[in-house]
Amino acid sequence: MPQSADKVLDHTKLFHEPEYKQMLENKRAKYENATPAPQVTEILDWTKSWDYREKNLAREALVVNPAKACQPLGAVFAAAGYEGTMSFVHGSQGCVAYYRSHLSRHFKEPASAVSSSMTEDAAVFGGLVNMVDGLANTYALYEPKMIAVSTTCMAEVIGDDLNSFILQAKDKESVPADFDVPFAHTPAFVGSHVDGYDNMQKGILGHFWKDAKRKENQSINIIPGFDGYAVGNIRELNRMLDAMGVSYTVLSDVSDVYDTPSDGQFRMYDGGTRLDAAKKAVNAKATVSMQEYCTRKTLELCEKVGQQTAAFHYPMGVGGTDDFLVKISELSGKAIPDSLTLERGRLVDAMADSQAYLHGKTYAIYGDPDFVYAMARFVMETGGEPTHCLATNGSKEWKEQMEALLASSPFGKGCQVWAGKDLWHLRSILATEPTDLLIGNSYGKYLERDLGIPLIRLTFPIFDRHHHHRFPTWGYQGGLNVLVKILDTVLDKLDTDTGTLGETDISFDLTR
Amino acid sequence: MAKDLEDGADHTSLIEEVLAAYPKKAQKRRAKHLSTAGPVEDGETEIVSKCDTVKSNVKSVPGVMTIRGCAYAGSKGVVWGPVKDMVHISHGPVGCGHYSWSQRRNYYTGTTGVDSFVTFQFTTDFQEKDIVFGGDKKLEKTIDEINELFPLSKAISVQSECPIGLIGDDIEAVAKKKKKDIGKTIVPVRCEGFRGVSQSLGHHIANDCIRDWVLDGEGSEYEATDYDVNIIGDYNIGGDAWSSRILLEEIGLNVVGSWSGDATLAEMENAPKAKLNLIHCYRSMNYICRHMEENHGVPWMEYNFFGPSQIAASLRAIAAKFDKTIQDKAEEVIAKYQPLVDEVLAKYKPRLEGKKVMLYVGGLRPRHVVTAYHDLGMEIAGTGYEFAHGDDYKRTGEYVKEGTLIYDDVTGYELEKFIEKIRPDLVGSGIKEKYPTQKMGIPFRQMHSWDYSGPYHGYDGFAIFARDMDLAINNPVWGLFDAPWKKSA
Repeated sequence: MPQSADKVLDHTKLFHEPEYKQMLENKRAKYENATPAPQVTEILDWTKSWDYREKNLAREALVVNPAKACQPLGAVFAAAGYEGTMSFVHGSQGCVAYYRSHLSRHFKEPASAVSSSMTEDAAVFGGLVNMVDGLANTYALYEPKMIAVSTTCMAEVIGDDLNSFILQAKDKESVPADFDVPFAHTPAFVGSHVDGYDNMQKGILGHFWKDAKRKENQSINIIPGFDGYAVGNIRELNRMLDAMGVSYTVLSDVSDVYDTPSDGQFRMYDGGTRLDAAKKAVNAKATVSMQEYCTRKTLELCEKVGQQTAAFHYPMGVGGTDDFLVKISELSGKAIPDSLTLERGRLVDAMADSQAYLHGKTYAIYGDPDFVYAMARFVMETGGEPTHCLATNGSKEWKEQMEALLASSPFGKGCQVWAGKDLWHLRSILATEPTDLLIGNSYGKYLERDLGIPLIRLTFPIFDRHHHHRFPTWGYQGGLNVLVKILDTVLDKLDTDTGTLGETDISFDLTR
Repeated sequence: MAKDLEDGADHTSLIEEVLAAYPKKAQKRRAKHLSTAGPVEDGETEIVSKCDTVKSNVKSVPGVMTIRGCAYAGSKGVVWGPVKDMVHISHGPVGCGHYSWSQRRNYYTGTTGVDSFVTFQFTTDFQEKDIVFGGDKKLEKTIDEINELFPLSKAISVQSECPIGLIGDDIEAVAKKKKKDIGKTIVPVRCEGFRGVSQSLGHHIANDCIRDWVLDGEGSEYEATDYDVNIIGDYNIGGDAWSSRILLEEIGLNVVGSWSGDATLAEMENAPKAKLNLIHCYRSMNYICRHMEENHGVPWMEYNFFGPSQIAASLRAIAAKFDKTIQDKAEEVIAKYQPLVDEVLAKYKPRLEGKKVMLYVGGLRPRHVVTAYHDLGMEIAGTGYEFAHGDDYKRTGEYVKEGTLIYDDVTGYELEKFIEKIRPDLVGSGIKEKYPTQKMGIPFRQMHSWDYSGPYHGYDGFAIFARDMDLAINNPVWGLFDAPWKKSA
């Protein structure tokens, strides 16, 4: 008997004990009708071949392990960044359970949202009653300052009209007539979570700015975009802008609501962009998006009201941060202070110290379009080669932007861009053309296991490592964090490769 | 007669207090779902009296933050997803398959991507044109591509997401056609998320599809005996089905099918040939047991492998269905594990005795784990189900003490208030409930996923269960919440 109270074995060890191993072998041999081992090996080898790669890349209908989620997730995330705001997702209720779980698993934090719980009858008659009752219940129970309504694909397919429903709910006094209920249609069968983010931002800002008489001031709006590192990044953003003395408003600031303290109190809402600040943000002279693909429609709205706009691709690393700060300086008229120049110098110093371990390393990078762009750019700054860049939710236009970026550096030569491809495509690509390192999210661990390419987790979602999102990846300070994560992986790998006593340990060096 | 739990009366006023926050219409609806376990009247059994007054399995109230999921979650996420040598297509937009990808820890052996596919996300990734023009053609092509790229997959299931039923696709016709084309079982499942009121209908629909599309399959050759049983309704979360299987094998039974944790298509097809179906999760798989009883003559019985009291009782009850050899072996096995049980209790009971627990889980565990806590000397202050039916609440009466707070389809608001007022020593629920509870300074264990631990079934699992409850409750972090300069304030 393997188990004991003294040393309790859980699943990580228990099933590798002889009793269990034998039991599982017996099950396989007798009852499973399993494929014989040689045939499994043959197919396994085939899945890593060029032949398989060609067939795999020729897929037209099947999608396997895509690195993207659906629109409402982005909408819920965007809404969570406004003061006292509850997301109300109109449609089937299971979706909301999924978004909440997904966000909680990444942030290790509460994620609140409600559903209008539509079922078969609503599929036939529409979900008006659900909206009317639902808004009243949410308002009474959770005392929000704003309710942001988005939709699941069920409500979209049957064609529920949010604007009309919300007006009718107000007529029926579900919520006070002047209560803020912005909305966004967020069909899951169009785009991905980054578009849901965009639509909800446009919905919220459009709601606040609808009848505003704009009086331009010197303030700058910053829209962070959908970002798993938002907690660390928004705080870093604030720190840099404060150091510059810029007057600014972060539109959708989730840094507090996804990082509440443990002190005995559950805060359903915390921090966030104040609603009056969101209203006044119409007066800003400019709106700067940190992620172009999260804000395409929102920036159109900003332009329409008369603001200047600028969009970045998740500014990270030296050049990314430089460009961002220069633009902010240009828009605000404020100089970049020496303190930030010093930080820049320290990041460059660290990169110089470690360049020997990074120069010429090859990478596969996947994630949302803006992240992949930024990551590839930073990798090239370290002398690395972003050999394969993939975004399941990347468009043709993104591919062109990526190709232009890669063409701008000798380290981008020969690198390939994969728009609209999934992680099973990436498996074939890396099985045939392996890289030294893989940068992505937790789902990448399957590729790491299958292909032996070390994974560096740097983008949403990260379920199997804790708290990294509390540290920034933006700015020069964030650049240091990213640099250290890459270096740790490189150096750990070097130790592993040289770490077998008496066999491979000739180069098991103390100083590297 | 004194109530079993001293604060039973407080619970009644607590319910009134919580309901006061609702608008009238919602208040009336929610009142029927909240109760305390009643007394056992003379001449009645615990089954009919205690928890039979709670209304269940009805629509959730809109806008209240129900914790429930949907039919797709019940079918793909629970019943079908763990069947390892099949490819399960999340048919529709990308989200449903994405959020449920690799999240239930249904353990399995095999070569992932080659002969096993549990931790995959296969989807047809619907775009607007698929909604407008229908997705049947795309589904056909998807099946062909799966067959080409994953040749060792034994069968394919089509897990419908919301749009499928709304746009009028005929997935049954596609399944029949493609079965002819590729010669593999294809199971069309109508588990659109808007059907029914919770995951529960998804379980039922999934069971019906096993009945209609799988049970007539060829099965595989194996040496049948009089001791063949199936484990039904164990999803092998953290390896639960394995720490159960080992006990059943030790008492001399052969587990020919494991439904659906670590299952293969053949195991499902072979199931009607067994002598007895042993069902753990009654809520999600009783339907297929009843079907096999009526149509294949396979009797079924419920068992409970949480905690030593229920494990021993269950082993004896199972053995009683067989001959003396098995009965003797059951006693030997119970005796064999008794020293482990004694050691576990000696180590952990003093650290857990008298601790108060609140539970809120799916359709089985809110009652099934109660005795495991009792074995450790712990007390259940409240329990409730996301998606139980009346028969589950009846069965709950056997487990809980009078005065226990009972909540059906609890809302975020209610659960928070209940926890705040009762201040239990431990809450066992899901990921969405975990962090709010911990912020309040109350230890928590996820009781769907075993909080990434497990197994909790069987004797081996009980040791892990005891360890985990101890580490949750007795971690020093709970003493650090108050800053010293705030304590006196």
